[in-house]
Amino acid sequence: MALEVVKPGLLTTIQDLGRPGYFHLGIPMGGAMDRMALRAANLLVGNDEGAAGLEAVFMGPELLFTRDAVVAVTGADLPIFVDDVEQPGWTALPVKAGQRLGFGFLKAGARAYIAVSGGIDTPPALGSRSTYAIGALGGVEGRAIAPGDVLPLGQPSGKAKPGASVPETLRRKLGAPTELRALPGLYWHRITEAAQRGFFADEWKVAPEADRMGYRFRGGEPLEFVPREAPFGAGSDPSNIVDGCYPYGSIQVPGGTEPIVLHRDAVSGGGYFMIGTVISADMDLIGQLQPHMPVKFVEVDMETALKARADVAGMMDRIRAALA
Amino acid sequence: MAAEIRSPLPGTFYRKPAPDQPAYVEDGAAVKKGDVIGLVEVMKSFHEVRADIDGANARFLVENEAPVMAGAVLVELD
Repeated sequence: MALEVVKPGLLTTIQDLGRPGYFHLGIPMGGAMDRMALRAANLLVGNDEGAAGLEAVFMGPELLFTRDAVVAVTGADLPIFVDDVEQPGWTALPVKAGQRLGFGFLKAGARAYIAVSGGIDTPPALGSRSTYAIGALGGVEGRAIAPGDVLPLGQPSGKAKPGASVPETLRRKLGAPTELRALPGLYWHRITEAAQRGFFADEWKVAPEADRMGYRFRGGEPLEFVPREAPFGAGSDPSNIVDGCYPYGSIQVPGGTEPIVLHRDAVSGGGYFMIGTVISADMDLIGQLQPHMPVKFVEVDMETALKARADVAGMMDRIRAALA
Repeated sequence: MAAEIRSPLPGTFYRKPAPDQPAYVEDGAAVKKGDVIGLVEVMKSFHEVRADIDGANARFLVENEAPVMAGAVLVELD
């Protein structure tokens, strides 16, 4: 009653919606980087939206089913194969015991979510099955899946509708460049007006180092800081602050050169100033960015950020309605 | 007959194991199945790209340290 890992892909991890509540202890929320994609995959196979699935990044795993199941793959456009026959994404696919799920070369996006009827039933850690590899927490022994792993599956709900799919209009797409809306933050005054304008005017590119902890960007002009005498407790670099809390989505710019947007496996605090925070509505998009893709940050106010959050929640409601 | 080796990952392609070392495969060289032909850097690690076929007269289509997309042809072989 399980799923066998034939090939693991690249750092494929078990993820659910994460473990909020421990960030003050340094343990990040974790969970799927594209939450809407995981929720949709789970709904397609009749699971609770927060059931654990697999997050594959850039490259798919090869999995062998040891029982009949319904599987759905959402998120990145990664060609899907069941026993070498190509299958549609964002669709509930019936599979038989003994069949294999495999993937072709990534076409668009970065992370694919694989949900299986019943959900992956590894033991939860601090209330979540999400893998936080840096802290060796959750998932399979706190790590990415490996060849030979046998992933236990839960009891299917029987509510999966094989053949059902998420309508094309309800699958979020990246722009070119992708626009990430951001709210200037507490330390906005630390950079000059020219740097404030430049940050939002410049085009940035995803750095290859970008991962679940943070997405690094390069290619824009270095930020110029307002001169100051470093306060007690802050480092000597102009980008240093007296240690502060780092929110999810916050944009730190060490040395003023390469912005890093903290994501699901973020560190919880440190001594770099933050220019602002990417709004919650756009965090899923970051999870689908490949290295070298162009990005622009767009300045918004709180009203716009809350409206965007409501719009994304509305889109999720339409997915629920479409699959009900 | 021409054959090709593709990058399994998006990232930055390197033809050498380190900046001061020779390329894994020189232009025009032969390649055996299983040979490392280069590295792709992504998510703070370097991933070896191995040949999945034998071939001769390697012609690289992606330069050292250039960005690559998943599925991009890295090298053509005879």
